[in-house]
Amino acid sequence: MTVVLKSLSQLAIPLFIVFVLGYGFLKGIPVYEVFVEGAKEGFTTVIRILPYLVAMLVAIGVFRSSGAMELMIRILAPAAGRLGIPPEVLPLALMRPLSGSASIGILAELLKIYGPDTFIGRTASTMMGSTETTFYAASIYLGSVGHRDSRYILAAGLIADITGFAVSVAVCALIFGR
Amino acid sequence: MRYLVNIIWLILIAGGFLAAVFTGRLEQTVQAAFDSAKYAVELGFALIGIYSLWLGIMRVAEKSGLVKAVSGRMAPLLKILFPDVPVRSPAMGAMSMNIIANMLGLGNAATPLGISAMKELQKVNRNKGAPSDAMCLFTVLNTASVQIIPTTVIALRSAAGSTGPAEIIGTTLAATICSAAAGITAALILKRFYQ
Repeated sequence: MTVVLKSLSQLAIPLFIVFVLGYGFLKGIPVYEVFVEGAKEGFTTVIRILPYLVAMLVAIGVFRSSGAMELMIRILAPAAGRLGIPPEVLPLALMRPLSGSASIGILAELLKIYGPDTFIGRTASTMMGSTETTFYAASIYLGSVGHRDSRYILAAGLIADITGFAVSVAVCALIFGR
Repeated sequence: MRYLVNIIWLILIAGGFLAAVFTGRLEQTVQAAFDSAKYAVELGFALIGIYSLWLGIMRVAEKSGLVKAVSGRMAPLLKILFPDVPVRSPAMGAMSMNIIANMLGLGNAATPLGISAMKELQKVNRNKGAPSDAMCLFTVLNTASVQIIPTTVIALRSAAGSTGPAEIIGTTLAATICSAAAGITAALILKRFYQ
């Protein structure tokens, strides 16, 4: 299981890129030109999220260097520790369902402080990748057809998020060790 | 939702500066604010290259018809999840394309497809005042989307100097499958209580 997940990770990207480009070539697509055309969007995408990154990194930076983060982690540590969750990733878990760009900022800061190749870094990465911006997606989809009543969507979406977070912690501990 | 983000952001900044007064770290906290703003822009520049790479690959997947081809194979699975929606309806087509686009991390392509799926589902919705069970389950699937390659996370990890930026693909896939399964199960159970 451990070996499978590790080699799957290593092979996924090269296999995926070769498959997509090969398929495009066989279908008669000018793969190089189409690639370049799509790549242009990289710049505009980053420019679009940059203000959010500044806002969130500044807020988290202030919160951490003032000592407030230490205090919060110390308060939350007993409860989080009982569930096996590193308290350092709790801010990410709280922000993830609310805002995609804000949680990108929080993850970037966690990776910078604790390093990407640590238990905290890997767990936070897995949490980020395995869940979605639940509130945002629900409001866009329901809003597009004019519904205000969300019935059980938020409850089910949050159950999915919490499951994703719990499994992220467990599977990272299993594969990479704490 | 907007409101909550505003509150959290304000608490982080105001609470941070307030705490700095008590801990006597006011000067370094102000410095941290400026350093973080600078780091955000450095990080943004580091991300441009990796984003461009993925968006280029994804454009090829879209243009070559790969997304359409794969979504055709989704029908049997979707038939089980959405028994009320006819297999060959435009709603089913848009839903399967949306799910595949999400799997490939094509956020920009997935959202318009999802919205057109919602509009098609609304046409066959018997109670126009509230979302049908199919609409709810479809939205839940989108709030717990299964992404094969988490490109943004890999980009952030590589910008942070990781020796194995992609090593979280396996763990992410395991977590996201469990999360999606939990979301679907919760939606199927909860719908009995929201008749």
